[in-house]
Amino acid sequence: MQHTLEEFLRALRAADVRVSPAEAIDAARTVENVGYADRELFKDALCAVLAKSRDEVGRFDNTFETFFSRAAFDLEPPPPESEGDQNPSEAAGVAESELAQMLLRGDAASVAQAMEAAAERAGVAEIRLSTQRSRMTRRLLDEMGLAEIERIIANARKMPEGQGLAERLDRGRRALLDQAKAYVERQHELYAAGSGKALREEMLAKKALNADGGIDPVDLVMMQALVKRMAKRLADRYSRRRHTANRGHLDVRKTLRKSMAHGGVPFEIAWKVKKVDKPSIVAICDVSKSVAAAAQFLLTFLYSLNEVVDRLDAFAFSGRLIPVNAILDDNGVEGAILKVLQTIGFQQTDYGRALQDFAENHLDRVDRHTTVIFLGDGRSNFADPRLDLMHLIQQRARAVIWLNPEPESYWGQGDSVMHRYERFTHVAKSCNTLGQLERIIEDVLRTYVPH
Amino acid sequence: MVEGLGGVGYIASRRIATALYMAVNLQKPILVEGSAGVGKTELALSTARLMAKPLIRMQCYEGLDESKALYEWKYGKQLLYTQILKDRMGAALADAPDMDAAMERLHGMGDLFFSEPFLEPRPLMQALRHDDGCVLLIDEIDKSDEAFEAFLLEVLSAYQVSVPELGVVIAKTPPLVFLTSNNVRDLGDALKRRCLHLHIPLPEAALEERIVATRVPGIEAALTGKLVAFVQSLRTLDLRKPPSISETVDWARALILLHAKDLEPTLVRDTLNVILKFEQDIAAVEPQIVELLQRR
Repeated sequence: MQHTLEEFLRALRAADVRVSPAEAIDAARTVENVGYADRELFKDALCAVLAKSRDEVGRFDNTFETFFSRAAFDLEPPPPESEGDQNPSEAAGVAESELAQMLLRGDAASVAQAMEAAAERAGVAEIRLSTQRSRMTRRLLDEMGLAEIERIIANARKMPEGQGLAERLDRGRRALLDQAKAYVERQHELYAAGSGKALREEMLAKKALNADGGIDPVDLVMMQALVKRMAKRLADRYSRRRHTANRGHLDVRKTLRKSMAHGGVPFEIAWKVKKVDKPSIVAICDVSKSVAAAAQFLLTFLYSLNEVVDRLDAFAFSGRLIPVNAILDDNGVEGAILKVLQTIGFQQTDYGRALQDFAENHLDRVDRHTTVIFLGDGRSNFADPRLDLMHLIQQRARAVIWLNPEPESYWGQGDSVMHRYERFTHVAKSCNTLGQLERIIEDVLRTYVPH
Repeated sequence: MVEGLGGVGYIASRRIATALYMAVNLQKPILVEGSAGVGKTELALSTARLMAKPLIRMQCYEGLDESKALYEWKYGKQLLYTQILKDRMGAALADAPDMDAAMERLHGMGDLFFSEPFLEPRPLMQALRHDDGCVLLIDEIDKSDEAFEAFLLEVLSAYQVSVPELGVVIAKTPPLVFLTSNNVRDLGDALKRRCLHLHIPLPEAALEERIVATRVPGIEAALTGKLVAFVQSLRTLDLRKPPSISETVDWARALILLHAKDLEPTLVRDTLNVILKFEQDIAAVEPQIVELLQRR
């Protein structure tokens, strides 16, 4: 049973429920405590020990049901014994094959057990990829002794009186095939399906977002989930106002001042307290034609950021610049992106115009605590880039960060004025994968040093 | 276990009872998650009542640190002690022939300054020092800082704390620890790993009816049925804060106060603010009241 439990833990890990060795020990202790008699009790107890969040509970339930369910075999019951049958079965060598006997007896439980044992020998649980399924099935059947069955069938067919036997064995064999296929399928679902998803997510995080054709619509949902999770992770770490603990350094001045009331005896002690600012961010996002492929992703991130950072002013532009906070607040993520793109997206870029709009109407949003993030490719269609306004923003802001979906080698080519803007930024980085984006945003939030 | 909890007025589902049973047997803390008002805190209170052990409650908040959670030195008392010491010291050391002898005597006097009498135990320390064990409730752990969470690890896994000046304090009888969380932020893996996890979902109709019947004794069964059905249908709507069990119970109490025999649409409209806590939610539900009442 120890082995079964370990296999189950492995299946859980494959389903993205993190099970550490310590938890495995707990699980074993749990099993000792509650026993196997009561299925529900067993499940609930294991669930309490192993699943550590609401999502994990859901995944645990699924895995448990799949793992501990055994589809009953569908074998035909043996026909009533008749004298004529004895002969051919012996002649065909049925006695040599346990499996054939089981099939003929219609002993579903034994067949199931044999399949479990064979699966262990064949290492079916090692399955990783969906392409391995047919090979695994074959191996499983080989281990069970399918070759023998086939030989017996062939033998029986040669004999005139063996036809009935051959037919019955053949039917049994087909049932066996189906069962083996289903079994491997279930193992695949248990051990491999989850890791496949993880692999895809990893690929997606590394995929260039302005690659040809942009993001695959199939991946888009997963991408949004990824972005959301990323934003939440960042928010968990950075959005709370932090007091560093008021221990450690004595505030001598304050303590002395307070001790005056007690005749110079320092009854009340004051400690130095540090406060860390919450980030305040102004994000300006280009949604014009030239960044069309990346725009959706940039907006998704803007949306998530808006959800988790309290003081975020979001703007979007292609020709003119508009504030989009209200849109982001009032709509769901798809709705909001669509609406922004409808209102302002996919027009001719004009960075100068957008900067002018920003400087005229929203410059008071930028003060010495603000970080300004530009998301765009810096391609201004040969219009005046208005570097003076950029300079003004740089002077007012605490930091200016420019994230460009194009690789650095493209900067300054064609109508790109990226290099000219770059002079007025503190950080200008090429950023076209989710992974890069997360790292950069994390840096931004971390630079909020205590003052 | 379910019956025992029922005896002290807590209607538990099987999963809750199992988790509790495991917590007692494996001597592990239990982390209770769920949306506000599903009875997370109540579970700890009821367990304390069931096991007839004292309950020590610690409410977490941002900025909570170990001096408020674990122990503090009684600084004022220490200060007075030094004042006395200063006066006595002269007398005690007066007959010492030279400096070395005085130092010798000083060493022999024992270090009282950081010792038990000057220790002010806070909830965690109190819980560890209870000889017969107790129930420790660490409420809303997600509101505390990450640093505090890390500090809790020692307490939760080994049931001991180290006080630098005194050494390690180990619990004679490990307390049964409940941690509750509203999911304001994700808790660290290290903490989760040390705990059993229990998620309390919003209950099904039958369970909720039993809860209301237990919590609000004077209520008629027919009214309970209607009330619970109405609340259950509310939960299917897209609301900012769907009503949880505590709201249902509050509403049942309110209806008893108003001597209501049946759920009239007007009555529901007037008391809607008991179960819905957001203006938008109330505005969204109001036009649908009649329809919701008929649907079941």
